[in-house]
Amino acid sequence: MTEEKMLKVEKIRRGTVIDHVPVGRAFKVLKILKISSDPGVTVAIAIHVKSKKMGLKDVVKIEDRILDSSELNKIALIAEGATITIVEDYDAIKKFVVKLPNIITGILKCNNGRCVSNTEGSIKPSFTLISKDPLTIKCHYCEREMETDEIVDNIL
Amino acid sequence: MMWLNRDIVSIGDFSVDEIMAVIDKANKMVQYASSGYPGYPLSDKVVATLFYEPSTRTRLSFESAAMRMGARVLGFGSLEASSVSKGETLSDTIRIINGYSDAIVLRHPSEGAARLASEFADVPVINAGDGAGQHPTQTILDIFTIWKESGPVQGKSIGFVGDLKYGRTVHSLSKALSMFDVSLFFISPEELKIPKHIKKDIEKRVPVKETKNLEDVIEDLDVLYVTRIQKERFPDLEEYKKVAGIYVIRPSLLSRGKKNLIVMHPLPRVDEIPAEIDNLPQARYFKQASYGVPVRMAILDLILRGE
Repeated sequence: MTEEKMLKVEKIRRGTVIDHVPVGRAFKVLKILKISSDPGVTVAIAIHVKSKKMGLKDVVKIEDRILDSSELNKIALIAEGATITIVEDYDAIKKFVVKLPNIITGILKCNNGRCVSNTEGSIKPSFTLISKDPLTIKCHYCEREMETDEIVDNIL
Repeated sequence: MMWLNRDIVSIGDFSVDEIMAVIDKANKMVQYASSGYPGYPLSDKVVATLFYEPSTRTRLSFESAAMRMGARVLGFGSLEASSVSKGETLSDTIRIINGYSDAIVLRHPSEGAARLASEFADVPVINAGDGAGQHPTQTILDIFTIWKESGPVQGKSIGFVGDLKYGRTVHSLSKALSMFDVSLFFISPEELKIPKHIKKDIEKRVPVKETKNLEDVIEDLDVLYVTRIQKERFPDLEEYKKVAGIYVIRPSLLSRGKKNLIVMHPLPRVDEIPAEIDNLPQARYFKQASYGVPVRMAILDLILRGE
């Protein structure tokens, strides 16, 4: 971490750092992880951080929480290419980049209220990735397409 | 092409070659659609028609098609007659009927219901309409009608008029036609325009023109596909009357069109095509409805015998 960044966000002892979040998406990351309303979690957010790779980016640091694979898939939906660092005792023990899978299953529901995936309780909603930019996914069942805002609103 | 046991769920699952293969076979079926296919090759098959929503035309044409091929038919046409009224899920019903039949024809109010059914059935599932979603056999019979009544689909200028916003027939037919080399015209009032995402997708493949005025484009068209404007889409009856009246097809309008122009309609119609049009050479909507049987005979034969 550069000195400049350290001035903005302190290191965490244990938890998850989500770096290289597309600028403006940090609050969406909090929303889909449902941490906005949980007072038990300490979160540091840096927005409009200068980045060589991206120009500007957002960074989210979550203390005492290690994200599971379902949560990482959710992050990939709105911040593909984000770098995840798992921190223990101030050390990065794992670092990787989240990738959006071509088939997205079980992490969000269809925006179409008349879709069978919403009316028939027993099935897992499933979507196919149509385009990364702009992000567009298609419901496996009703074939409706959804874009970023609808996707964020429907994450489970 | 592998047809045996194939599910017919969405027109998007078909290539142009596959659509043309069904059309070619349907053309051979036309002569048997009112007499029965020689030898009744599906006489050892049972076709289940499960209609969770009433649809006399689609259900009876499937049942007629199955019987003309020799198959026996079972099923229901209303919820009262089924376990659905006892709260059974679709997936459970499909698991059970799977054991009673060789193919399942399904009409259901939920979009994506046929896709779901196809995942629970070992026998092939044919989508006979899922809510505002897909109705692939209707789409194929519409393309068959264009091909049969107007010649090769390639190069045609096809205009859709009426309710282009809610009409699922228009959505899936225009998407399917965009796989051919055609020009598409969408003629509708502002309130009932074709949804943006559908237009965007179609424009990637073929030229599209949108207008409110049918008179402006009538001379360009080889096919005029008319749809019903539904009263319930308008909060104000006066607004409805104003809009519906604009798109009534008159003989004087058709006389300005190409000599070989054909007029289609998925039916039922209300007053967008008055009876005075029925006897004009352009009127092909009753023919179109009659092609439901040979097209469905072709599909049943393909998926149940693989040929």
